[in-house]
Amino acid sequence: MRAKYVMSEVFLGLWRNISMTVAMIITMAVSLTMLGAGLLLYNQVDVIEEYYQTNLEVVIYLDRDVTEEVTAQIESDLKSNQYVAQVEYESQDKAWERFQETFKESEELVATVNPEVLPAAFRVKMKDINDADALIGEFVDREGVYQATNQKDILQQVFDILGGAQRLTLIVALVQGVAALMLVANTIQVAAYSRRREVAIMKLVGAPNWFVQAPFVMEAVFAGVIGALFAFGTLIAAKVFVIDGQFSDLFNLMPPVEWNSVLLLLPILAGISAVISAVTAWITLRFNIKV
Amino acid sequence: MIQLEGVTKHYPRSNRPSVEDVNVFIDKGEFVFFIGPTGAGKSTIIKLLLREEVPDKGKISVGDMDVTKLRRWKVPAYRRSIGCVFQDFRLLPNRTAAENVAFALEVIGKPRSVARRVVPEVLELVGLGGKEHRYPHELSGGEQQRVAVARAFVNRPLLLLADEPTGNLDPDTSIEIMRLLDRISRTGTTIVMVTHDSNIVNQMRRRVIEIENGQIVRDQARGVYG
Repeated sequence: MRAKYVMSEVFLGLWRNISMTVAMIITMAVSLTMLGAGLLLYNQVDVIEEYYQTNLEVVIYLDRDVTEEVTAQIESDLKSNQYVAQVEYESQDKAWERFQETFKESEELVATVNPEVLPAAFRVKMKDINDADALIGEFVDREGVYQATNQKDILQQVFDILGGAQRLTLIVALVQGVAALMLVANTIQVAAYSRRREVAIMKLVGAPNWFVQAPFVMEAVFAGVIGALFAFGTLIAAKVFVIDGQFSDLFNLMPPVEWNSVLLLLPILAGISAVISAVTAWITLRFNIKV
Repeated sequence: MIQLEGVTKHYPRSNRPSVEDVNVFIDKGEFVFFIGPTGAGKSTIIKLLLREEVPDKGKISVGDMDVTKLRRWKVPAYRRSIGCVFQDFRLLPNRTAAENVAFALEVIGKPRSVARRVVPEVLELVGLGGKEHRYPHELSGGEQQRVAVARAFVNRPLLLLADEPTGNLDPDTSIEIMRLLDRISRTGTTIVMVTHDSNIVNQMRRRVIEIENGQIVRDQARGVYG
């Protein structure tokens, strides 16, 4: 009976103040979408790091005119090096094959490149990729070595971009979140004002405090959960249309954004949003209007 | 039943009436008028008894409860032992007479079956039999106040507080409401009524406590308005 009363009051309250309710849900949805995107990126950075930790290589490019003797010497030194797990020699022919494979979509580029300009290289798997700089230091100045690159440095740029995007989404999430909470506080105040007669009578006849507060807190929670559902929908759409759709080529460069981690966002976002909204509503009631 | 010992309440930041060192003992089942000019502090005493306000000094006990030491979360339970009627009725306009009374039961968690049984009884008692389904705007002032009395009484409180219950009513209707309160008083309910309606006080011949500038200036059994 009382639950029914609370629920009818919740919907009546949200409906009576519909424009504010919509504003509240939209701001919450934007905030939570950004939060969700931020969490996904955070997770993605971890996944990428783990993925490449085992696959990253140091590539030591050789001069084009390097002699076989020097090549053999470098190879044996690499193989006996303490940091090195595995060494693979890539001849100019193989480098050309790899180049053609990598850029098979851009025939013009392939056509302009002379196989001769591609250097032969040693692809070195490290025991620990963090020792790459030490290894490069040992080999970069040697005779016959043209250049040594650490793939981690290239990847670092990707991490920097992801990290920047992540910070940006979290900042937007925070700003929108603050706006959303202010709207919650305002909505609750308006709701409490429009129900002030009921509230006064309830308090007078001794309705328990939780019961007087319940419809208001539930209003905030309801709006929070709806906002989370919208945010979840937006993230699903982003996964389907952006990550797996239009920009799938771009995202193919990195390990996929798993459906699991997207779906996991629903309970996380809904939970965070419900709890924070409820607390905001409760604090508003407690300190601003003494319901 | 009710004991006020050295009760003092000031409102330093507003000109609401304060009370100063009030000492009163009211026995169970008594009918007491608090009279005095506007701003003397009569309604402040009602607020203190309702625990809407807490005194700066002194002690208030109602029944076996020390109201001044009551924890915040225990206030609702305390208020259930008190009924309250006001000058402005305080009914919900979108609910019928019966629903207004039932509301008081619903929100303290009484099952609907109790409301179905008790509400018609109490409406009959206050003389509104047959008008259960009227909305407040379809009732006269006196009838609305009867609904308010029914709501205050439906929980069979030990104490009924009435803050100028006849303030908005014409003399004849006022007397009807007073008869109703008198009847409730005879069931053993303690009644504390704030008023400045001298006719009523003079007719009823009950205990009169007169307040001026927040202090008791007269406390007389079977008194008149003066």
